[in-house]
Amino acid sequence: MIKVILARLQQKYRTMKYPAGNPPPMPDRFRGRPEIDDAACLGKCEACEAACPTGAVTKADAMGPRMDLGKCLFCGDCAKVCPEGAIRFTRDYRLAVRSRDALVLQQGDRELALAGALDKKLKRLFGRSLKLRQVSSGGCGACEADSNVLTTIGWDISRFGIQFVASPRHADGLLVTGPVTKNMELALRKTYEAMCEPKLVIAVGSCAISGGPYIGHEEVLGGAAKLELESGKYLPVDLFIPGCPPHPLTILDGLLRLLGRIEKE
Amino acid sequence: MTRDGIPFVSLVNDDAIPLESIPSYSPDELALLIKEALGLGLRISAYFGAAASEASLGSPDLYVILADDERNRLYAGRARVDKGGFPSVARDCPQAQLFEREIAEQFGLVPEGHPWLKSVRQGCTEPGIRDFYRVEGESVHEVAVGPVHAGVIEPGHFRFQCHGERVFHLEIALGYQHRGVEEALVGGPDKRSIHYAETASGDATIAHATSHCQLIEALSGRRPPARAQALAAIALELERLASHVGDIGALAGDVGFLPTASYCGRIRGDFLNMTALLCGNRFGRGFVVPGGLGYDVDAERVAELARRLAAAWRDASVALNLLFDTQSVLARFEDTGRLDRAAAVELGVVGPAARASGLSRDVRFDQSSGMYRLAQIPVSTYDSGDVLGRAFVRKLEIGQSIAFIREQLDCIPSGPVAAEDKPASSGSLSPNSFAVALNEGWRGEVCHVALTDEKGAFSRYKIVDPSFHNWPALAYALRDQEISDFPICNKSFNLSYCGHDL
Repeated sequence: MIKVILARLQQKYRTMKYPAGNPPPMPDRFRGRPEIDDAACLGKCEACEAACPTGAVTKADAMGPRMDLGKCLFCGDCAKVCPEGAIRFTRDYRLAVRSRDALVLQQGDRELALAGALDKKLKRLFGRSLKLRQVSSGGCGACEADSNVLTTIGWDISRFGIQFVASPRHADGLLVTGPVTKNMELALRKTYEAMCEPKLVIAVGSCAISGGPYIGHEEVLGGAAKLELESGKYLPVDLFIPGCPPHPLTILDGLLRLLGRIEKE
Repeated sequence: MTRDGIPFVSLVNDDAIPLESIPSYSPDELALLIKEALGLGLRISAYFGAAASEASLGSPDLYVILADDERNRLYAGRARVDKGGFPSVARDCPQAQLFEREIAEQFGLVPEGHPWLKSVRQGCTEPGIRDFYRVEGESVHEVAVGPVHAGVIEPGHFRFQCHGERVFHLEIALGYQHRGVEEALVGGPDKRSIHYAETASGDATIAHATSHCQLIEALSGRRPPARAQALAAIALELERLASHVGDIGALAGDVGFLPTASYCGRIRGDFLNMTALLCGNRFGRGFVVPGGLGYDVDAERVAELARRLAAAWRDASVALNLLFDTQSVLARFEDTGRLDRAAAVELGVVGPAARASGLSRDVRFDQSSGMYRLAQIPVSTYDSGDVLGRAFVRKLEIGQSIAFIREQLDCIPSGPVAAEDKPASSGSLSPNSFAVALNEGWRGEVCHVALTDEKGAFSRYKIVDPSFHNWPALAYALRDQEISDFPICNKSFNLSYCGHDL
């Protein structure tokens, strides 16, 4: 027993102050929200589009590139090849949005409309207690790992009433990772159908948003929103958290915005 | 046959050879040679089919790569299949069984005499509906789990045949994560190739990316500078540290010992953040690239890494020692999920699971490449073969990795981190060639094999994640165990679903 107490003293109190205090610092080489300098882009080349592994960067005409963060792997290859330095990945970790279209950075609209809170009724239901069922449906396991990290003592999402639960029957929301392989299609559908209304869907990572590195593979559907339900409708995604994988802070920021715990920029 | 007279072409890790130098046999002869070589103590690193074109899908060449760990050698042989089947060696050599099933599934060939031929990745669109081995009798019951599990983990299906609490037999059905990685690599390398390697198994990004880059480098004759090799090895050890610490924490959690579970869960993050210090990403995305590294480090960054490493080691050693000083934990680990040495040899187990069963088997030592050719890490083994052994080997390896990184940080070679003339990101590799790259990821041997066509593009790309070798060992270790011990047995192997499913 004395050893346990001594170890406890040595390890100290390690839960972060965020969101009351500052967020943990991002690594200086972190590749977060990209910034596109339309004035710098001379529109002469298509190097960024040619370098992008997933087709997230497209360059239709003599304007700055269009960038779809839902497909982006945040590898930074486009920024590296741009001769004018018109693309820059900032350290801004805040990336979660409420609609798929909001992830597309078009010319003239380079701002990311960060996720707003649920409506009043849902916020009343889930604001202080959100139970999530996580389903991994393909992918590489990294999004699962960095979602799970939020349950460790440093992040401790149970502070916010958020918890991962074992059964869809106990869940208020479905947190989907992976491109939805055809082999997981049925299991994902059954999990969603087994949850009680009202229910939320959160897509974490570029795979779950667009298929990510596996865009175009015949083995995958290409994202959670491509899953057809028994009703004939498609899985309605309430929150998109891009990244490959998203940083835990990006995921936490998205969840807290959804619950209305963070409203300010 | 003797160890000196294996009639295959001999090569070393991280090397490319002309395709034509691989001797070709009939399927019968190849089966016999594999059996004899395994009898001499070699093991299968990879065994796969490769068809020259769509038209010849039904008559592929079978390639086998055998590892002679004592002599630091690899052997490659092949056979042309032309009649819809080939003789199975699985009855005599259980480590071949999953490879043969994979060949059967990918090429529609029958491994004749296979004891339990069934799919590897297909046929799981209906959860749990497949043929499973079934035990019948009074009070015998079946437990089916998955593909969706209780925790935040990947999908797989487990079918237990039980008598009360006691497990007679466990069968593991995977494939839910299958997303077509190997198929998509054919025709490359191209701009997406490195991302396929990095996401083959996301928690082993550095190991898979290193193997992939070594193939490209071997096939283009452009080696990364020494500085890049040293830093890549540091990143590989950081990956091992994060996972090993996390695994021990998870094992502690599964037996209800919360102090170590809580501390290790957090300390794992410290190691991931050290990888992010190198390249901005906690999993090492973008760090290892063909021809070298995507990022260099300066003296300040090295000092910061050393400082963080010391702090994390201080915390980790307290958390680990606490666990191994607690009798109630050790009592739960001891004699649980035993995999004896003979079974580990037969099943061709790799990584910490093999070393915990007394096998001195470690790619960094036996088939070294990159920096490990110059700086060796002693192989950590234990002989109990149980959960305790697998936890203890991880603890030993954590100490070794810390010592290795410290030593390397003191003497990182100077110079650039990327070759001046980087290998082209598309095409133009050496044509009609065959290359193998092995690395000791934290789960064990990560094997990448590439065949190129006459234009120098990949005509076949084979990835063997260590989990592919080890899943059957988990099933074996569960025999005669209590079903309630499945979580700690599973955690003690901690295998990759996505690395198996590809």
